[in-house]
Amino acid sequence: MTGQSAFATALLDPARPTPEGLQNPFGGAVGKRFDVYRNNVAVSLTAALETGFPTVCKLVGDDFFKALAGVYLRANPPSDPRLALYGTTFPGFLARFEPARPYGYLPDVARLDLGLRQSYHAADAAPFDTTGLDPAAVLLLKPRLAPATLILSSHHPVFAIWRFNHEAGAPKPDPAPQDVLIARKGYDPAPHLLPPGGLVLARALKGRLTLAEAMTRTLAAHPTADIAALVTLLFTSGALTNDA
Amino acid sequence: MTTATKSLALLGAVTAAVTAHGVTEAQAQAQEKCYGISLAGENDCAAGPGTTCAGSSTVDYQGNAWKFVAAGTCVTMEKDGGRMGSLEPLDRDLPA
Amino acid sequence: MPLDPAAPRRGITTQMPEGQTMLDATAPRTLPAAAGIGYKSQHFAGLMAAPGPVGWLEIHAENYMAAGGRSIAQLRALADHFPISAHGVGLSIGGEGPLDTDHLARLRHLCDWLQPARFSEHLAWSTHDTGFLNDLLPLPYTAATLARVCTHIEQVQEALGRRMLLENPATYLAFAESQMAEVDFLSEISRRTGCGLLLDVNNVFVSATNQGWDARAYIDAFPLHAVGEIHLGGHDTDADDQGRPLLIDSHGRAVVDPVWALYAHTIARGGPRPTLIEWDNDVPPLTELQAEAARATAILTPVEDTP
Repeated sequence: MTGQSAFATALLDPARPTPEGLQNPFGGAVGKRFDVYRNNVAVSLTAALETGFPTVCKLVGDDFFKALAGVYLRANPPSDPRLALYGTTFPGFLARFEPARPYGYLPDVARLDLGLRQSYHAADAAPFDTTGLDPAAVLLLKPRLAPATLILSSHHPVFAIWRFNHEAGAPKPDPAPQDVLIARKGYDPAPHLLPPGGLVLARALKGRLTLAEAMTRTLAAHPTADIAALVTLLFTSGALTNDA
Repeated sequence: MTTATKSLALLGAVTAAVTAHGVTEAQAQAQEKCYGISLAGENDCAAGPGTTCAGSSTVDYQGNAWKFVAAGTCVTMEKDGGRMGSLEPLDRDLPA
Repeated sequence: MPLDPAAPRRGITTQMPEGQTMLDATAPRTLPAAAGIGYKSQHFAGLMAAPGPVGWLEIHAENYMAAGGRSIAQLRALADHFPISAHGVGLSIGGEGPLDTDHLARLRHLCDWLQPARFSEHLAWSTHDTGFLNDLLPLPYTAATLARVCTHIEQVQEALGRRMLLENPATYLAFAESQMAEVDFLSEISRRTGCGLLLDVNNVFVSATNQGWDARAYIDAFPLHAVGEIHLGGHDTDADDQGRPLLIDSHGRAVVDPVWALYAHTIARGGPRPTLIEWDNDVPPLTELQAEAARATAILTPVEDTP
C-alpha cells in the first residue's frame, strides 16, 4: 500500500527514493513519472512566490530567488489551498536564512510585497467622503483606516527600494529608515512614503479619535511635522473610510 | 503656538486636504489598471511545463545559484562620493 | 458603497468599463451546451467588449475567496454577462484525511453569492499533514478509496446543497494495489453518490498514453449520460526512464489534433455538452482562446449541408 504520508514526504524531498507500491505501467523504473509530481509541486509553488514577492525577486535575481523558493517551499508548504495567501512566513524566513542574511533589508522588502498583496485582496470600503462639508466640520469627523490600509515601519529605505525597482528613473535609495503607507484607491493598492508623524496620526485615527484630536496628538509628538501634507496623503491615497 | 493659531493651523491643513481630495477622486474600475501586474499567485489546475527538473533536483548550498546575486536588479546605493554598493547590508549605516 | 460578496447580486452597482451598461437580467443558471473558456483576469475587458464564441466562463474557486478587491468585483461583473462554472482545485476529495471543513465553508459562501451553474472538483488529493501541495495527486482505485471518495462527495453535496461534478485525472504512474479500472471507479462513484462527471478529454488522452490504455475504449465505456461538462486542454510531451512517451497535462498550449478527434468521437456518441478550453500557463491573447472555442463550437454544432 502506498500511503499519502509516504507520497507527500517523497514529493517534498528529492533525496528520498520513489515510494513503494508505485508502478510504471509498462514495467521498469517509475522515477521520472514520480518526478512529474515533484516537479509540479516545486514549479507551481515557486511561481506563486515569484508572483507574490516581485520586488524580492528583482533584487536577488531569478536564479537566487528560485533556489531560495525551493528551500522555503519544502520547509513551509502552504497551510491553506488559497495560493493568494501563500508566503506569510517568507519575510521571517528571509531574516533567518543564511545566504540572504547579508541583505538585511530583504525581509522588510518582502513585507512590503506581502502588504501590497494583502491590500489587493482586502475587503472593499466606501472612500472617506467630505463632499459638501466645510473644513471645520471635517475636523470633527472620525475617519477610520480602510481594511486595505496597511503601514510598514522599517529600519531600511524600503519605499525607496520599491520605487527604484518598479519606476523607471526613480532615484537610488539612500540608507535611511522609512515608514510606508499601503493604501488602495478603488482596486489598486500603492505604497506611499509616510513622513514623520504619519504613524502617530494613523494610530490615533485607528483609536477612534476625531481628525482634530489626531492632528493635535501628531503635532505634540512631532512639532515639525508637515501636518497638511500628512492629512492630504491620507485623504487622497484612499487610506481612509467613513466612520461606521 | 496659542490654541487659536493651532486651530487655525489644523483648519488650514484640512482645507488643503479636502481640496486635494476633491480633485483626485477616482472611479473604481473593475478593469485591471496595468495588464500583466498580478499581485498574487493564482490557483490553477495544471502546474506548468513538466519538462524541467525543479522538483527533482536537490538543493545545493554550494551551488551557483547563490552566486548570481549581482545579476539581479540590485539596490545600488550611492555612498561615499559615488561609490556604488551592490546589495550591501545597510544596517551598519543606520543609527543604532 | 461596500461590495459585500454575500450581498444578493441584483441591485449591486459594480463599476463597469467605460461604455458598458449593466444587464438587468440575471444570467441563466445553467451552462449552455456551447464552448466556454477558463477565465483569466487579463481578458476581462476583451470578454466584456466582444465575447465572440465564448458562451460561458469557468473560474478556479480558490481564486475568489478573498474579502474583496478587484478579482471579486470582476467576477461579479462577469456573472451578469456569462454563465459561470466554478471549478475547485484544492478540496482534496481523494485525501486520506477528512475534508477541510473551513475550505468547504468557503466554497459554500462562494456558491451562495455567485450561484454558479456548476461546481466541479477533481478525483485527486492535494492536502496532507505536510500542508497543501498544490498539485492534483493520484490515488489507487480500491474498494477502500472508493468508499472514502464517495463519503467526501456526499459531504460536499450536502454542504453545498447541490450536485457536483467529479473530473477524471491526468495520471503519470500506476499503483500496485489498484483493483478497479478508472472508468469503473468513476461510474461507481457517480452511481453511489448521484454526482455528475466532468470528462476531461485531454486527460483521457494523456492518461491513456501514460498508462497504455485505449483512449477510445475509455470514452466508449464512460457513463456519458452523467457528463455535465467537458474539458479540453493542451499537454507537454516528455519521456520516461525507458524513453517511452510521457505526456504531461500542462495547460500551456493548444489542444492537439488527436484530442480534437477524441472529442468529436465523444460528442458524436454522447451528444453536445458544455465544453471548456483550459489554458492556465503561458496564457495567449483572448483571440487565440476564442479560436479554440470556435473549433469546439464547430464540433458541437455542425453546419448541416443544405441539399
